[in-house]
Amino acid sequence: MSTGVAILEVRDFRIRRGGAEVLNLPSIAVAPGETLALIGPNGAGKSTLLLGLSGIEPPSAGELLFRGARVPAGAAALDYRRRVAMVFQEPLLFDTTVFENVATGLRLRRFPKEELGRRVAESLERFRIGHLAGRSARTLSGGEAQRASIARAMAVAPEILLLDEPFAALDPPAREALLEDLAHTLHETGTTTVFATHDRAEAQRLADRVAVLDCGRLRQIGTAEEVLRRPADSFVASFVGVENLLPVTLTAAGEGGAFIGRLEGGKSVAGIAAPDCALLAVGGAAPGMRVGSEGLICVRPEDVVVAAGGTGAAPDGENRLQGLVAAVVPQGPFLKVSIDCGLRVVAAVSGHVARAHALEPGSAVTVVLRPADLYVIPRG
Amino acid sequence: MRKSAAAVTALSAAALIAAAPGFAQEKVLILATTTSTQDSGLLDVLVPVFEKQSGLMVKTIAVGSGQAMTMGLKGEADVLLVHSPAAEKKFMEDGFGTRRLLVMHNDFVIVGPAADPAKIKGLMNTADALKTIGAAGGTFISRGDNSGTHAKEKTLWTAAGINPEGQAWYQQTGLGMGQTLNVASEKGFYTLADRGTYLAMKKILALEILVEGEKNLLNVYHVIEVSQAKWPKVNATGAKAFADFMVADETQKTIGGFGIEKYGAPLFFPDAGKAE
Amino acid sequence: MELIWQGIREAFGLIFGFDAEIWRISLLSLRISGTATFISLLLGVSAGTALALTRFPGRRVLVSLVNTGMGLPPVVVGLFVSIFLWRNGPLGALGLLYTPTAMIIAQSVIATPIVTGISLAAVQQLPPKLRLQILALGATRWQMVRLLLREARLPLLAAVMAGFGGVISEVGASIMVGGNIKGSTRVLTTATVMETGRGNFDVAIALSVILLLLTFAVNYLLTRIQQAERPR
Repeated sequence: MSTGVAILEVRDFRIRRGGAEVLNLPSIAVAPGETLALIGPNGAGKSTLLLGLSGIEPPSAGELLFRGARVPAGAAALDYRRRVAMVFQEPLLFDTTVFENVATGLRLRRFPKEELGRRVAESLERFRIGHLAGRSARTLSGGEAQRASIARAMAVAPEILLLDEPFAALDPPAREALLEDLAHTLHETGTTTVFATHDRAEAQRLADRVAVLDCGRLRQIGTAEEVLRRPADSFVASFVGVENLLPVTLTAAGEGGAFIGRLEGGKSVAGIAAPDCALLAVGGAAPGMRVGSEGLICVRPEDVVVAAGGTGAAPDGENRLQGLVAAVVPQGPFLKVSIDCGLRVVAAVSGHVARAHALEPGSAVTVVLRPADLYVIPRG
Repeated sequence: MRKSAAAVTALSAAALIAAAPGFAQEKVLILATTTSTQDSGLLDVLVPVFEKQSGLMVKTIAVGSGQAMTMGLKGEADVLLVHSPAAEKKFMEDGFGTRRLLVMHNDFVIVGPAADPAKIKGLMNTADALKTIGAAGGTFISRGDNSGTHAKEKTLWTAAGINPEGQAWYQQTGLGMGQTLNVASEKGFYTLADRGTYLAMKKILALEILVEGEKNLLNVYHVIEVSQAKWPKVNATGAKAFADFMVADETQKTIGGFGIEKYGAPLFFPDAGKAE
Repeated sequence: MELIWQGIREAFGLIFGFDAEIWRISLLSLRISGTATFISLLLGVSAGTALALTRFPGRRVLVSLVNTGMGLPPVVVGLFVSIFLWRNGPLGALGLLYTPTAMIIAQSVIATPIVTGISLAAVQQLPPKLRLQILALGATRWQMVRLLLREARLPLLAAVMAGFGGVISEVGASIMVGGNIKGSTRVLTTATVMETGRGNFDVAIALSVILLLLTFAVNYLLTRIQQAERPR
């Protein structure tokens, strides 16, 4: 995150609903021009946080700061609310033309006719729906409607753009196309953006930083790379798709934050020797891990390298395990290969690789875990 | 949008104000009378004349006889023009009325189908006629609505010594005179009607006058000023003016001439000043 | 059947012959029912919208009352309004009985629950997040309400038409509080009852035809507004 004054900040921000506390955030700061993704399971508080940031829902305690100044509650928040725009998962268009819909925010702010027309046309063009201006909003496809909804929000040139799972209801091609156009627009306009999503790919594509929420609390905030490969705890790890959490005990410290650890729980697989227990784990460990700590090694499935059969001495610094393929399951563009090497390891390989190594249940394989891809976190 | 909403609001406020009543109560006279009186059309002639003379606005409320009397009892009317002598006498006895003046009369007739299955045509004795109807297989239909006409009908049954209630040949409409006549006409029933309404509707009815003329078929109208002593809000001066008007010579003449042109016979007979 | 044709012919004769009495009665019907509908529009849409957008203890009871009020017998309303307006009644000092104002009051009482109930349903069936979306585009609370109402304009106009239909056709309360007085409170419905009672069926049918034409004309206009501006 670049140094400088945060454009948007929450401090000790709490929201209660129906007697229960649904959001409790000691501090989150968003830098000007930054795109922040909020990820987390359903009910984590993402939507609630977005409503809080929009000025529509004042917090039960704590404060929201915009450019350093406190945002008041109630009618006085109007000034702030007019500098923010929000898009929801459903397009929520009005029963009128696309043009009128996109013009809504401008009409609310009493823009003069010519300026309004200009801005609406510009916004429509940005999202490639200029040709739909005169159409009734009721006749739009899902993708077109969501484009109109985003165009409507962007037409007022907001200083903060908030999106609540904006692509969740779209089919993949529509989602792809809109994501591209939105990314392009945000880059061009430099609009500070906070958006909630379930989709890690979206978070990676659009976001400068990712915040992981659970039960109303912030579990981790950092770049996508940080969150995906150096999760703060096992909850974040499993949520962001680290499917391999291997129990390990750290036995020795290496240089630059590296450790050597012994894998636990491996039993030997028929015909194959018990796993080699000496590993190098570089790329660090979570703070607080030291020699003797018991932890979990995180390695993402796409970082697991699989090669056909064979043993052989591991060159220094490489971690090799021998195992048998237990199952091969297609998952999106990849194949998920479950490998039994005394402990279960999941690898994601492309179809190309799977065919090249003739991977199928029962094949003998070698699993390679590169130290740079390994990260140790505490258990529990 | 805002401007037109404001304009519409202003317009309707104006409409409401225009529709608002005059608060000067002395200028208004509430006359309670019966539907048959109003239906005769006589009041459409007399009331405008009175309004011009007196400068009052007359609100003619035409309801059933019972309701008209009750309005007087409750002080909701200033003057009554009704034709239920028994109820009127009690009204005066109980002190609800200041003056009760005889105005006019018309009469009732028994009408029925031209074929006259009960063969009552021309009978002079009403009681005999009534006795015969049921016995001869005809049907009598009554208004059954506690109106003046109904009250008169009940006295006739009592005089004939018959209780028609519950008999198979006796039906009740609970409706006004015009509607009851229509039913009688459609179904070939007998009924008791005031001559005025019958004459007014004659051309669309398939009924004829079968019995008429006996004294007990007379329908006598009085005007009663409601007493201000019981109900202070009563417009006593206006009521007095109206009562005086109804018995004035000019008015009595108008009453006597009413209906001749249209029906060939007068509907009412002026009686002011005569003995009861 | 001949009677009906005769009545229709008579109706047109009366209208185009500019029979003064008929015109006066018709315009009075429009004025009284129109004003009552307008009042019920103001009260009903406000109340219905407020009920739809707020939550408070006892709300459900209130909504049930509104729904019951939609089926309130007009005659009952007439009876109670006249009891209140009697000279010796609680509001007697206003001298409103047997005036067009009394009829407007009674008809407003009849129409308001209808408009309230339908408006309530109209606003409630809008997508729940629409309110948030409007606020998120920078609307004040009043701008939000206006936009919601515009979004619900189809059923809201239906509410107005239902309210108008309920009172232009109403006769029981109109007779009780108006008195069917020639020249001041006689309207199409009360005149029709009177003429029927007198046996003047041709006039009664003529008045009925005029009433139907009037109601159709007003509803046609409202329907035009309701269905306007709907792009394809």
